Amino acid sequence: MDAVAALPVALPLLVAAALVGLAPVCPRRAADAAAVATAAVVTVLCLVLLARSLDGPVVYWFGGWTPRDGIALGVAFAVDPVGAALATLAGVLATAALTFSWRIFEAVRTLHQGLMLVFLAGIVGFCLSGDLFNMFVFYELFSVAAYALTGYRTTNPGSVRGALNFAITNSVGAILVLGGIALLYGRTGALNLAQLGQALARGPADRLVVVAFLLLMVGFFVKAAVVPFHFWLADAYALAPTVVGVLFAGVVSELGLYAVARVYWTVFSAPLAGVEGLRGVLLLGAVATALVGGVMCLLQHHLARMLAYATVSHVGLTLAGFALLVPVGAAGAVLYLLADGLVKGSLFIAVGIVDHHLHDVDERRLQGRGRHMPWAAALMVAGALGLAGVPPFGTFLGKALMEEAALEAGAPWLIGLFVVVAALTSAALLRATGRVFLGLGPPGPRDLPAPGPGRAGDHHRRAHPTQLAPAVVLLAAAVAVGLAPGIIDAAQDAAEHFTDRPAYAAAVLEGVPEPGPAAAHPATPLGGPALWAVVSALLGLGLAFVALRPDRLPERLRGGATRLWDPVAAVLRGLHDGGIGDSVTWLVVGMATFGTLVAVVVR
Amino acid sequence: MRFLPYAVAAWLLLVGLYGIVTSRNLVHTITCLSVAQSSTYILLLSVGFERGGTAPIFLDVPVGTKAVDPVVGALTLTDIVVGATVSALLLALAVQAHKHHGTLDPEQLKPERD
Amino acid sequence: MTPRLRRRVFLAAAAVAGALLLWGLTGLPDYGVYNGPYGDVLNRVAVAERKATNVVASVTFDYRGVDTMGEEYILFAAVLGVAILLRAQRDETEQPPDEDAADRRAPGTSNAVRVIGLALVGPVVLFGIYVVSHGHLTPGGGFQGGVVLATAALLVFLSGEYVTLRRVSPEVVLDTAESVGAAGYVAVGLLGVAAGATFLANVLPLGHPGALLSAGTIPVINLAVGLEVAGGFVLLLSEFLEQTLVIRRPGEVT
Repeated sequence: MDAVAALPVALPLLVAAALVGLAPVCPRRAADAAAVATAAVVTVLCLVLLARSLDGPVVYWFGGWTPRDGIALGVAFAVDPVGAALATLAGVLATAALTFSWRIFEAVRTLHQGLMLVFLAGIVGFCLSGDLFNMFVFYELFSVAAYALTGYRTTNPGSVRGALNFAITNSVGAILVLGGIALLYGRTGALNLAQLGQALARGPADRLVVVAFLLLMVGFFVKAAVVPFHFWLADAYALAPTVVGVLFAGVVSELGLYAVARVYWTVFSAPLAGVEGLRGVLLLGAVATALVGGVMCLLQHHLARMLAYATVSHVGLTLAGFALLVPVGAAGAVLYLLADGLVKGSLFIAVGIVDHHLHDVDERRLQGRGRHMPWAAALMVAGALGLAGVPPFGTFLGKALMEEAALEAGAPWLIGLFVVVAALTSAALLRATGRVFLGLGPPGPRDLPAPGPGRAGDHHRRAHPTQLAPAVVLLAAAVAVGLAPGIIDAAQDAAEHFTDRPAYAAAVLEGVPEPGPAAAHPATPLGGPALWAVVSALLGLGLAFVALRPDRLPERLRGGATRLWDPVAAVLRGLHDGGIGDSVTWLVVGMATFGTLVAVVVR
Repeated sequence: MRFLPYAVAAWLLLVGLYGIVTSRNLVHTITCLSVAQSSTYILLLSVGFERGGTAPIFLDVPVGTKAVDPVVGALTLTDIVVGATVSALLLALAVQAHKHHGTLDPEQLKPERD
Repeated sequence: MTPRLRRRVFLAAAAVAGALLLWGLTGLPDYGVYNGPYGDVLNRVAVAERKATNVVASVTFDYRGVDTMGEEYILFAAVLGVAILLRAQRDETEQPPDEDAADRRAPGTSNAVRVIGLALVGPVVLFGIYVVSHGHLTPGGGFQGGVVLATAALLVFLSGEYVTLRRVSPEVVLDTAESVGAAGYVAVGLLGVAAGATFLANVLPLGHPGALLSAGTIPVINLAVGLEVAGGFVLLLSEFLEQTLVIRRPGEVT
């Protein structure tokens, strides 16, 4: 076993400690360079791991504690292509984010770089780990780093409440995860994912298994911002400085879904295999998340909150892919998640550029002020198209696979969901772009509150290359995911290994190499999905146009639309206006609902 | 007695969450989060307990004496550290709230949003 | 939601969730029955394999050492976060602390408290060092000992000598202690890699169980963790105490 698996975690942690310890004597540029370089090295290491894991999981036992008689004594990293791909995504986003922040000066900067590296290390460790408690530790690591990074700009009352809401709701989620781990440990005496799977496979899906699954699922759904566990997300996005927001938007929510999928397939897939209604319960959550997120996205005027709800709705779509519980769906979900993460990271950087130069992120106050920033506008438009899932972006391929899985599973209505939700989120973004960069749209109300204090920046009117380049690179990477030769087959192979519990357990516990792909996969039809993608994009453009030029709409249509839209908007806005208490209450409501449904379908 | 510790763990979790939901003071909210976290400590330690077992420290007793599970001890230690540090961070936020806005009441921290 | 509505919704949901939890918990083996293999195997082999009589310590720092590394960095990140939040912000100016600050309504420390507090500092520090260094033999370890050491700082505050403490251990020292502790853990891990084994492999000589210098890297990691925890918690304490003692007035609010 060579240490490539451990280095992507050890290196950023070491550099972070060094940066903090040397902060008083380290020149600022050196610290910046060290941070960017470390993130880049982590990315490369994860790519190496990805390449190596294509033939079978890379299993690394820390401390040399290899398992005895199927009992794992130590902690293992079990790196498979899905985990390695997510870790690489995190590395790419972190490198881009740290490059972007090169020109932004803040006090206590070096401490921030240290926290960012710890954040990255936590995410990478979480993706690579093969031990449930180890996953929990890394989960808490990147969560705590995130709370620390977001709490910084708390100069208005809403920000403090937002930061507290973020931290408290996510901590409750972590408590639930730990409860699930305790239950599983009580039953099986194991913490290693493969060993847990083997132990549970010998028994039925009784009440303990159901509740353990529920706790783990709900706990990770909080991080993933699945409805109704999502009320903390918009505040966190609005508060986070761009460098943190890029990682939030690009990978953090997706990690929650990855965790549920990983835990399901390696631990619970044996006892829960025959459960008919499980797919339905998960799809219910997916649909609710996708629709609520999409509508809320349209209702936002704050650019970062808009991205937050775009994340929520796309999490819903990704969950739909996983919820089908078949390899093709998982393959599509993973591809979608990767490309979508890159696109959203790029969009967050674009928002950061706007914030930095125009000192505001409210699309109504910014109306027309972005006319001199053509590059930022181009980024936003490209990002909107990426969100809509238009070829050649990788999101298109992901959706194509998910749609194929939906058809196989007998749920063709999912295609409609994909089309509608992608249209909603891209419409919001296109509308915002039109308003900010082209000055289109009805003038906003005059009594808008002034932007919060503390939004300082330099007064350059042009976006600097270190700010634009990372965003362009991220978008290019999203296109590369879509165009890479053989990626569909690779994704399907990876998904088949991801969903194959016995092979995984044999590879991790006994070192048995995984068998190669069973047969060549039939070619995925791309014509149908391409058509749907175009429909999505056109729908999005249409909605954006309607929002910007409502006067062009005939009188009757406008009246009817307003009568339908306004009450829905009012209800949703009211629900989302609460604080910590509301967020936690909805969490418990979600736990009760999902719990009852899962208990009912398993019986 | 066979089920009581587990029931206590469930109770602590629910009571802690109730406190968070109905709280009117941020320090109270954060303390209730600690209470909810302590439910996991109890659950973990109860799961690893073996009746008649001693502590898994073999300095004075020979190896092979019945001892409780050391792994849950290690897990709970980790859990406590995590809980304490999160509380510290949240309390710092509460200090900020009081410093900038003069209140510790979450109901009064309304945002100036649209 | 209004507070009344929220309470009702919560109680209804919590009743259902609580019932589900209890239902699931009944699936556990009875309290006092332990079936799982993990603990039994470790209790049997840990002392022989690692020469550490405290099996919990060998689990924490050796068998599952990666978890503890992550946990140490959680502490590191949280302390860093508190430091960022509470250190002087741009719109504040610092007024030097004054022992007899006019705003303080607290009564001065009585002589009894002062004497006993200061007298206890020495024994507490000694005890902390003892707990840290004997973590692999008896209950204790880096985390517990580090917190005891931090308590010594708290005793100094209670004795009213806080200003002296700040002069003796300025922020720089604490930051360095914390960073060295955190980096030290990773360095020990990399030592394993450098020696040709895996990360966090126990590559130092193991010695005899019960001896102070035994169990290889475990006492070394204990020291690193103790340093980090002590530094971290004293830093936390000092950040919070600064808020009460040092009077800050906001400057131009931007």
